[in-house]
Amino acid sequence: MTEAGVEQKLSSGTNAPSIKMKGEKVSVHYGEKRALFDVDLDVRENQVTALIGPSGCGKSTFLRCLNRMNDTIDIARVSGKITLDGEDVYDPKIDVVELRARVGMVFQKPNPFPKSIYENVAYGPRIHGLARSKSELDGIVESSLKKAGLFNEVKDRLLESGTGLSGGQQQRLCIARAIAVSPEVILMDEPCSALDPIATARVEELIDELRQNYTIVIVTHSMQQAARVSQRTAMFHLGYLVEEGATDKMFTNPDDKRTQDYITGRFG
Amino acid sequence: MVGYLVVLLLVLAAAAYWIGRTRAIASVNGDVARLHSLPGQHGMFLALFAAGPALLAILLWSLVTPGIESSIIADRFSSELSGMGIPQVEAFIRDARAMAFGGLVGFADPTKEAAAAVYKSVHTTSTWIIWAVALVLSASGFYWAYSRIAQAYRARHVVERVLRAFLIACSVVAILTTIGIVLSLIFESLRFFQQVPFYKFLFGTHWSPQSAFTGAGAEAGAVNQDIFGMVPLFAGTLLITLIAMLVAAPIGLMAAIYLSDYASKSVRAVAKPVLEILAGIPTVVYGFFAALTVAPYFRGIGESLGLNVASESALAAGVVMGIMIIPFVSSLSDDVINAVPQSLRDGSAGLGATKSETIRKVVLPAALPGIVSAMLLAVSRAIGETMIVVMAAGLAANLTANPLEAVTTVTVQIVTLLVGDQEFDSAKTLAAFALGLVLFCITLTLNIVALRVVQKYREQYD
Repeated sequence: MTEAGVEQKLSSGTNAPSIKMKGEKVSVHYGEKRALFDVDLDVRENQVTALIGPSGCGKSTFLRCLNRMNDTIDIARVSGKITLDGEDVYDPKIDVVELRARVGMVFQKPNPFPKSIYENVAYGPRIHGLARSKSELDGIVESSLKKAGLFNEVKDRLLESGTGLSGGQQQRLCIARAIAVSPEVILMDEPCSALDPIATARVEELIDELRQNYTIVIVTHSMQQAARVSQRTAMFHLGYLVEEGATDKMFTNPDDKRTQDYITGRFG
Repeated sequence: MVGYLVVLLLVLAAAAYWIGRTRAIASVNGDVARLHSLPGQHGMFLALFAAGPALLAILLWSLVTPGIESSIIADRFSSELSGMGIPQVEAFIRDARAMAFGGLVGFADPTKEAAAAVYKSVHTTSTWIIWAVALVLSASGFYWAYSRIAQAYRARHVVERVLRAFLIACSVVAILTTIGIVLSLIFESLRFFQQVPFYKFLFGTHWSPQSAFTGAGAEAGAVNQDIFGMVPLFAGTLLITLIAMLVAAPIGLMAAIYLSDYASKSVRAVAKPVLEILAGIPTVVYGFFAALTVAPYFRGIGESLGLNVASESALAAGVVMGIMIIPFVSSLSDDVINAVPQSLRDGSAGLGATKSETIRKVVLPAALPGIVSAMLLAVSRAIGETMIVVMAAGLAANLTANPLEAVTTVTVQIVTLLVGDQEFDSAKTLAAFALGLVLFCITLTLNIVALRVVQKYREQYD
């Protein structure tokens, strides 16, 4: 974590959380097809922001704009402005490698590298040169695994392959891997869709704990999950942001009829 | 004559198909839905039984009659042939056969003419027999199948079973051929090892079977066992293979990485087919490329540096062979690298790794088993490659590790041992089989290891 980040977190205190990331008129084209239409959305610090909406509504696309993962898709074109602590992340001066170290990502399907558990977590710190010694690296790995609630389950087999873990453990390993580079924001793209209910409950608990130290944006198809873990919810439909607000309000008294219909299961 | 019979049977089969179809439809008064099997399957059933057994009989006949006919001739003329050795008897029967079928023979004599006449009459009789047998089989098969066709008859299952038997027969042919080749390699090699002890063959360091004066081509008792040491040949093969892999492995692998992870779609659409064209160039073209262009070029460079490069250097042959294998390595590696899930690349990129870090630290380690097996397959290809080395490598069996000298390979020696007029049972020609057997064992082992590695690798992602 950068010093500036720490400072900001301390200063933000318990008052109205400050805005960590801000999207202004974000649009995305995949070739000829437009996937996102002028989305304005704020991500608040130390809160969980849930993105909901039916499949193909653009919520994952928006999420992938936040750490420029869309760069890896040749035909994707992003316009509009996204800022992280006031800096434009699409500014040519921004190093995308550093951006992704600050804005980490957890994917839909657990994707541990076919390496040992230790190497999976140590991967990020290694490529960013975060540890000066082996013992420091050991410390990062241990604390990351602890924060991801996985350490006790794997402490005796850190050198075994990460692909040998159960699905839920794999996903928590991926979260530990993301935490290890001390990101400020963690993006989660349907992190529980490949997990059973028990593993899902563990990951949700974890998300709630992580909120203390990180800003989290989560895409989910589960209304209950959005209601359980998030403080703010944004509803997408057909590439447009339908509405955004405090999760309590969104789930009890939404402004837009489409949100109400979607949340109550009438469409999508 | 028998050709007409086959054509006739095929025509009969087509007719039977149509008849069976018609009868099936007629049996339900045109209400096809009431049939158990489709009308076409009834037609197929009738056609199979009308022509199948007869065609099988013809196949059997054409396999066994030449032997039977020859033995009848040999039997009839046993007194005339009694003084001859086996090759002369074979030549006699071959000539008789040629004369019987209107061919020209160099040394015709009355005995051969008499034999030819007998041959002709025997052959005519046997042709008549097969015609009769085929037609009877065809008619009875047709009658039997025709009487079966009815609304509830399960023609579909019968056709399925016959097709299955046919497919099994085809694969059995392929397998038996392989087994036959391996067995002949083994038995001929055993004959060779009766003349030359296998330890002298495997570990001897002197190879010059062409120097027949010391005994190689002479009678078995006089075989000079010390000139059949295969070590220099395998050293040469390994040297050339090593040079080839030094060229092909890095270039092929890098090309595969570029194609799978860096190239844009349009570049890939052009570059991949071009690489595949490289794989389609006949090896003989690479051969004269090596012999006429690359070898003199290396020689020229060597001279300007003050080095003594042989005009048939291992280097030239190895480099050109490496170029030949590049598409092999790159296409296999490309498949393997593409098989690494995109999610791993995303995961790495999501942690802030650059593209080359992702490839070096995630993609290549994940693909490593597959890449290793690609390399092993390429090695076994290089070891067995013949044409390039025949044209560009030398003939002298030097035991050397210097790539600038001429070396020879196992495949080159097999070619030179078997080309030209040779007595088939001399140690010299039999040595070719022993070399082939060793070569076969090496490439087989490499292929098995490579396949094992690939299988293990597959389990990781499926």
